[in-house]
Amino acid sequence: MSNWATDTTPSGRVSRRDFLKVCTAAAVYMGLPASMGVQLAAAATRTQRPPVIWLSGQGCTGCTESLLRPGHPSLEHLILNQIALDYNETLNTGAGHQAEEYKKKSIQDNLNRFILVVEGAIPTKDGGIYCQVAGQNFVDIVKETAAKAAAVIAIGSCASWGGIPSAAPNPTGAKGVPEVLAGTTVVTIPGCPPNAYNFLSTVLYFLTFNKLPELDDKGRPKFAYGRLIHENCERRPHFDAGRFAKEFGDEGHRLGYCLYKLGCKGPMTYANCPSILFSDAGSGAWPVGTGHPCFGCTEQGVGFTIPLHTQAEVKQVTPAAGQAPIETKRGNGVSIGAAALAGAAVGVAAGAGMMAAKNLGAKDRESGKPAKEA
Amino acid sequence: MKIKRRAFLKAATGGGVLLAAQGPAQALARGEKKALPPNAKGILYDATLCVGCQSCMVACKKANYLPVESTDLLQLWDNPRDLSGKTINVIKKFENGSAARKDQAVDGYSFVKRHCMHCIDPSCVTACPVSALIKNPDTGVVTYNKDACIGCRYCQIACPFNIPKFQWDSPTPEIVKCQLCNHLLAKGEISACCGACPTGASLFGPVEMLLAEAKRRLTLTPGTYQDFPVSSIGAGFPAQYQSHQVAKYIPHVYGENEVGGTQVLLMAGVGFGLLGLPDLPAESFVKLADGIQYAIYKGMVYPLVVLGALIYMIRRGEDNLEKKE
Repeated sequence: MSNWATDTTPSGRVSRRDFLKVCTAAAVYMGLPASMGVQLAAAATRTQRPPVIWLSGQGCTGCTESLLRPGHPSLEHLILNQIALDYNETLNTGAGHQAEEYKKKSIQDNLNRFILVVEGAIPTKDGGIYCQVAGQNFVDIVKETAAKAAAVIAIGSCASWGGIPSAAPNPTGAKGVPEVLAGTTVVTIPGCPPNAYNFLSTVLYFLTFNKLPELDDKGRPKFAYGRLIHENCERRPHFDAGRFAKEFGDEGHRLGYCLYKLGCKGPMTYANCPSILFSDAGSGAWPVGTGHPCFGCTEQGVGFTIPLHTQAEVKQVTPAAGQAPIETKRGNGVSIGAAALAGAAVGVAAGAGMMAAKNLGAKDRESGKPAKEA
Repeated sequence: MKIKRRAFLKAATGGGVLLAAQGPAQALARGEKKALPPNAKGILYDATLCVGCQSCMVACKKANYLPVESTDLLQLWDNPRDLSGKTINVIKKFENGSAARKDQAVDGYSFVKRHCMHCIDPSCVTACPVSALIKNPDTGVVTYNKDACIGCRYCQIACPFNIPKFQWDSPTPEIVKCQLCNHLLAKGEISACCGACPTGASLFGPVEMLLAEAKRRLTLTPGTYQDFPVSSIGAGFPAQYQSHQVAKYIPHVYGENEVGGTQVLLMAGVGFGLLGLPDLPAESFVKLADGIQYAIYKGMVYPLVVLGALIYMIRRGEDNLEKKE
């Protein structure tokens, strides 16, 4: 796969061909027809790049760092050519009053046009004093900024529902963005860290169609979080055959058996990890692929809530197709060939019988005796 | 030698009375259940806890040295459709409509584990003419002795659960059925399927404890999270528990009363009929057969009456013949 960091033209610019390849790949990720890639490319290369304000609350900056992983587009291409990242505390060039001033200016200039991305949870206890930026409570910053944004995206599990900071006993009263901005549509991209492609695809979708992708009841884009990990896991055949790793490093674990008994939360977690893996980190690059049970980071109430090695509930999964039905049909009925063969045999027997009877009569007649009645 | 009819009848009746006086009162009274063997071991299968992983089937085949049974075109892996000469434990799947939710009869699905129920009063044991199938008087496990078996397959016809299977493809066929891993029990271990079950859906233990556990589950509030024992209870192993959400049970423990009770008990969230378990009377078929047998043969009166009548008729015929000649 081409890498934007290295596959550039001698002038250091990305070739048009590579750029279109990237956009087509993004379209395919979202389940759009590949021809949509051209439209995505057009949207991404508008003269004025879409402004993005990126706020960081109670988080570890892992979500920002996860943007380093994708190769198409690479981070520098994303922030320099595709979007205008007007404010991000990790990547800001300026600092202090300068950065804050620029953020204010950008918000005023792009009123109702910029995309707000929130990373990290929002403390709400005691008026939200446990996270302050530039002397202002983070909860107020988010509410204020969201009111002026075109779309709000909560990236990472902390922003989506509270994540780690909200884990019991939750001393700061940490909450996710959808809870703080009740009534506002918030796209959540949970994950710890989230898959950068799920984020990029959502942004590109919004830029292209000027609307948000289809979301589930937790605000997650359905193209990425629509399916259960357990249903698409490469180790599922082992589960269906009852082959489990019982402890780390045992024979089953080395043979790549199902990690359900080690506490894998795949059966209760919705995400596309087994399908697209983690960014461009290489083959098998997702927890289960490396031999570690899924811990349910994209699922509220699972990740950071249920202990790592507690066995998951396999409640609502599609039963394996190969499982024996209650009633088993015995035999396969009569096949056409067998019926034909049987028919032929009956025909031959009937014909032979008729001929024999005929000959018998003829013989009797020849010898001058009257033909016997059958 | 000639016996006078009168003398014969006298002797026959006298003998009959004598036999009747000695005759053992084996038949059970109506409604009376045969008692569990003192150390009855069994399995409690809870379909609401079963996740359909089939690890019990894998463990069963390993423990009982059974061959792989491939039923698909590619012959890749073990996927029996039913119990057979190669499979003595099978997880089956009930599906209805969209099969969206577990333990729901409409648009739902459920699993069910089928193997020998180890009846308290087993029909197969009664039907077997050579005592190849016997019920262990201590543990109650119904075991099979291939050296005694004559291959009549009466046990297959007698079993109300359609469990014993015959090795049709073998030149030296045997009857195969679950024997509760009798060889493992002898070593103080538990049935392989229960040892392998990751959720506690198959639970090994003394039948009385299993029945108490099943009754406890029926009292739990559906939707709440409760601890369920895993692998075994009362089998000398440290207790292991897992927390599961309580499903809405069908308020019936299958096997508690069916055909006089079984040592394998089942619980489910959908009707047992949907899971292929027959609706059976509480009275065991053995008891019914016994009742008829004991009624007819009680004190040998009726056979002797019939015998007497026959002899009388023959004698009369002979007499008539003699007269004619």
